[in-house]
Amino acid sequence: MKMTGSGVNGMIGMEGGRVEESIGELRRTFRSGKTRSAAWRKAQLKALLQLLRDNENKIFEALKQDLGKHPVESYRDELGVVEKSVKYSLSHVDEWMAPKKSSLPLIFFPAKGQVLPEPLGLVLIFSSWNFPISMSLDPVIGAISAGNSVVLKPSEQAPACSSFLANTIPLYLDSKAFKVIEGGAEISQQLLQQKWDKIFFTGSPSVARIVMSAAVKHLTPVTIELGGKCPTIFDYLSSPSDTEVAVKRVVGGKWGPCNGQACIGVDYVLVEEKFASHLIEMLKKTIKKFYGENPKQLKDISRIVNKHHFQRLRNLLKDPLVAASIVHGGLIDEEKLFIEPTILLDPPLDAEIMTEEIFGPLLPIITLKNIEESIEFINSRPKPLALYAFTNDEAFKRRILSETSSGSVTFNDIMIQFICDTLPFGGVGQSGFGRYHGKYSFDTFSHEKAVLRRSFFLELEPRFPPWNDFKLKFIRLAYSFDYLGLILLLLGLKR
Amino acid sequence: MAEIENLEPDLEELRESYRSGKTKEASWRKSQLKGLLTLLKEQEKDIFKALEQDLGKHYAESYRDEVGTLTKSVNLALSSLKDWMSSRKAKLPIAAFPSTAEVFPEPLGLVLIISSWNFPFGLSLEPVIGAIAAGNSVVLKPSELAPASSSLLAKTIPTYLDKKAVKVIEGGAAVGEHLLRCKWDKIFFTGNVRVGRIVMTAAANHLTPVTLELGGKCPAIFDSFSSSWDKEMVIKRVLGGKFGACAGQACIAIDYILVQEGFAPTLLELLRNMTKKMFGENPRETKSMARIINKQHFLRLKNILDDPSVQSCIVHGGGVDEDNLFIEPTILMNPPLKASIMTDEIFGPLLPIITLKKIEDSIEFINSRPKALAIYVFTKNETLKRRIISETSSGSVTFNDAIIQYAADTIPFGGVGESGFGRYHGKFSFDTFTHEKAILRRSLLTEFWFRFPPWNDFKLALTKSAYSFDYFGFLLVLMGLKKNS
Repeated sequence: MKMTGSGVNGMIGMEGGRVEESIGELRRTFRSGKTRSAAWRKAQLKALLQLLRDNENKIFEALKQDLGKHPVESYRDELGVVEKSVKYSLSHVDEWMAPKKSSLPLIFFPAKGQVLPEPLGLVLIFSSWNFPISMSLDPVIGAISAGNSVVLKPSEQAPACSSFLANTIPLYLDSKAFKVIEGGAEISQQLLQQKWDKIFFTGSPSVARIVMSAAVKHLTPVTIELGGKCPTIFDYLSSPSDTEVAVKRVVGGKWGPCNGQACIGVDYVLVEEKFASHLIEMLKKTIKKFYGENPKQLKDISRIVNKHHFQRLRNLLKDPLVAASIVHGGLIDEEKLFIEPTILLDPPLDAEIMTEEIFGPLLPIITLKNIEESIEFINSRPKPLALYAFTNDEAFKRRILSETSSGSVTFNDIMIQFICDTLPFGGVGQSGFGRYHGKYSFDTFSHEKAVLRRSFFLELEPRFPPWNDFKLKFIRLAYSFDYLGLILLLLGLKR
Repeated sequence: MAEIENLEPDLEELRESYRSGKTKEASWRKSQLKGLLTLLKEQEKDIFKALEQDLGKHYAESYRDEVGTLTKSVNLALSSLKDWMSSRKAKLPIAAFPSTAEVFPEPLGLVLIISSWNFPFGLSLEPVIGAIAAGNSVVLKPSELAPASSSLLAKTIPTYLDKKAVKVIEGGAAVGEHLLRCKWDKIFFTGNVRVGRIVMTAAANHLTPVTLELGGKCPAIFDSFSSSWDKEMVIKRVLGGKFGACAGQACIAIDYILVQEGFAPTLLELLRNMTKKMFGENPRETKSMARIINKQHFLRLKNILDDPSVQSCIVHGGGVDEDNLFIEPTILMNPPLKASIMTDEIFGPLLPIITLKKIEDSIEFINSRPKALAIYVFTKNETLKRRIISETSSGSVTFNDAIIQYAADTIPFGGVGESGFGRYHGKFSFDTFTHEKAILRRSLLTEFWFRFPPWNDFKLALTKSAYSFDYFGFLLVLMGLKKNS
C-alpha cells in the first residue's frame, strides 16, 4: 500500500498491541449487548447530529485545509449530506430493526417464518480523502443504526479531517463502541490482521485488492466502493435553454465536486462531432461564470489534494499528443497545487488520460460520428460507478439502460443520485460491489437471520424413513403444493 | 474431464452469448427454466441411479432432498420471473421534483458456480436456477467427489439447456484452480472453509463478488418435554435432521445435541428406539441411510471414533464397514470437548450428546464457538426461544424442527461469520446473481440554481433548507425573510 501525503501534522499511529487492545474493548462492548438496543443506536445517531451542528465551522475549516473546499461546497457535498442521512436513519431505524414476516406455503402448516436483522458485530470502515467527512460518516451511520461496534480509519491524505474526526468523535459517541484510528499504510495493515465481522472500503482498486485479500483470513464479508471513468453522453438537445441547463450540470458535475476528484464525477464527455465545438464554447462560458474570469485566481473551486496527485495529473498532460488536444485551460501552479479547469478535444484513446480514471480537473471530449456509438464505446470499457446521459430521446434512453451496465444511470443531471436515500449507491464490475445509503446502509451492516417456528400439532409423517411408495407420492404432491391431490392420497382415493 | 487448454474457447463462447443480449430476454430465461424442469422429469430415474451410486441414497431421500426441492424452485422461478425482473420505483422527496427514480435488476454477466458432493444435484442446480432467472451466462463446476452425478449433469445439461450459455465443466482441484484464475462477474461457492478461502483469494484478484455457503457445527438444543405425542414427533425430526440428511453429511445437519443432564438418559432411550424404528436393522441394505462419500471421509470419521477417549463414549452403534463405506447411526454421550469430534464439523452419522447443568447454559456454549449455519431448538419455553434469538447468531434458527428451512423459499438461506456470507433460495437466489442498477431521471426544465457557484450566503441558506426538506424555511429564505444563521 502506498503511503502518500506530505506527512503533515504527525500521524497519531498506534502500536500493534494498542490496536489489539482497542479492538478487544470494542468486542467486549458488542458482546455485552449494549449496541443492540434501539435506544442506544438512536442516542448515538442523535449525538452524531449534535456533533455536526456544533462543529460546522471546524468541519469547514478542516475541509478548506485539506482540499481548499469552499464552505458552500463542503455543506452541499459533505456536511449537509451527512446531516440528512442521520435524520433519515433516526426516523427509520425502528422500522428497519423490526422482524419481517415471511409467508410460508400451506404445506408447512403450522409454521411461522420471519427474517430478523441483527448486527454483524465488529466492523471496520476505511474512507477516502476526497470527501473525508461524508465518506467516513455515511457508512458509520449505517453501522451504528445496524447495532455494530465500529472502527473508522479515515484517509491520512486528508489529515486535518482525519484529526478532526479522531479528536471530536470521542466527545460525542460512545468511545467503548466506536473508535477512530488514524494512520497510513502501516496502521491499515495492522487493522487488516484483526478479525472483523465486516469491512467497508471506499478507495482505489489496488488498495481494495489488498483489503479483500486480507478479509479472506477470517472470511469477512466486504463492501468495496470504487470509481471508474464515469462517462457523460451529451446528445443534441433542440432547445437552447435545455442545452444551457445541461452544460451547467456538466460543469457542475466535473469541477464542482472536489474539482473532479470524485468517484461519481464526470470523467469524460461523449458528443457527436458536429456539436463538439458548440459544446466546448458553452463549457468555456459556464466555467468563467462559475469560477471567475481570471484563470490564475479561480474562486469557489477545490485544489488538488497533494503533490503526488498533482504530479500524476500533470503527467497525464505531458504526453505531447494529449497536450496538443487541449482546447481550454492547461494552466498549472505546483506551489498552490492548482490545475486550471482544462478541456481536451479527442486526446488519443490509448493515452493514460483515457485509460485510467482521471480524478482531476481535466475533461476530455470524445467525438463520435453518431451519438448511438457511445453505447459501444462505454461497453468496451470497464463498468463505471455512474453513467450520465443528457438526452430527450426516449428510445436512446431505453437502449442505454438495457445495453450498458454501471452502478447507476442518471438522465439529464449529474451526481444527484448520491443524495437520494432510497436509491442504492454502489458499483458493479470494476466499480465495486455492495451498496449503501438509506436502508441499504443498514442492510450492509446487518445479517438477516431466518427464523422458522414449527410446532408439533401436525406432522408430515411421510418425510422420514422407513421408505415406501406412499411416502414418495406424498412428498411429490407436497412439493407441487397439490393440496387436493394430497387429500385424495390421504383418503386413499389417489393411486 | 475437461482439458485445461479447452477452457478458453468455452469461456469466450459464454461471453459472446452474454454480450449478444440473449440471456437477458425473459423468453430465454423461461425456456431455460422449462428445460430444467423437463430435465428433472425425464432424467429422474438416472438422477436416482447416480445418487445411489455416489452416496447410496434411497430414491425417496433423493426426491425429498434434491429432485423435489429443485422442482419446487424452478416452478417458483417460472411463476415469479416477470415480477422479479421488473423495476422497483424509489420514492423521492418533493425537493427532488420533477424526477423519478427506480431500481432496475440486471444480470451480472458471467457467473461461476462451484457445488459440493453431498447434494450434488440440489446444490448445483439451485444456484443455477437463480443465475439463469437473473439472466446470466453460467459455468457449473460440480464436485468431482460425486462422479456419477457430475457425469450426469455434464451429459444432460447441454441437451436440455442452451449449451452456448450454460456449461458444465467437470474436474478436480486443477480444473477448479484454472477456472478461478479467469475473470468472473460473480462466484457462488458451496463447500468447506478451506476451499472457500481459496475461492475468495482468487476472487480478490479481480474484485469479483462472491457468495460463500459453508457449514459449521449446527447445534440442536433439546429442552425437556412432557406429553408423549410431542416426544415421538420431535425425536423423529431430530433423527431425520442427523442420520436422515445424507447420513449427517449436510451443512445444515444437526451436528450435536445439547441437553440438560437430568433429561439425557430419557433422550438417549428415545433416540435409540426411534433410530431402530426409522432406519431398521440393516440401514445400508434398505438404504434408509446414505453411505459415506469416499474412503478419505470414511477414514476421517473412523479416526474420530478410534480416539479412545471418544470410543468409550459410544452408547449406540459405532459399527463401521470399510468395504462398503458405511458407518452405523452412532450416538455418543459427552465425548471430550477438546476431541476433534467436538472441535471440527463432524459431517457424518456420529451424534454427540452434550449434557449441561441447565438448558440455558447452551447459549454460552454456542456463543463460545464459531457461528453456525443453523441453530435448532426443540422447546416450548418462549423465554428460552427469545433468549436464543437475541443472544446467539447463526445463519438461521429453526424451532422444533430441523433441515426443513431449506425448503422454504421466502426465507434467506445463508451463513454468517464462519458459516459464510451471502444467501439464496427463492427471490434471494435471483438477487444474488443480480446487480440492482439505480436509475434517476431528471428534467431539464427546472433548476436549483443555488447548486452552482459562485457561492454566497444566500445559496448556502437555500441549500440548508433544501436538505432539511424545510420547504417553508426554503420559501422564507427565497423571499429574503430568513437569513443563514
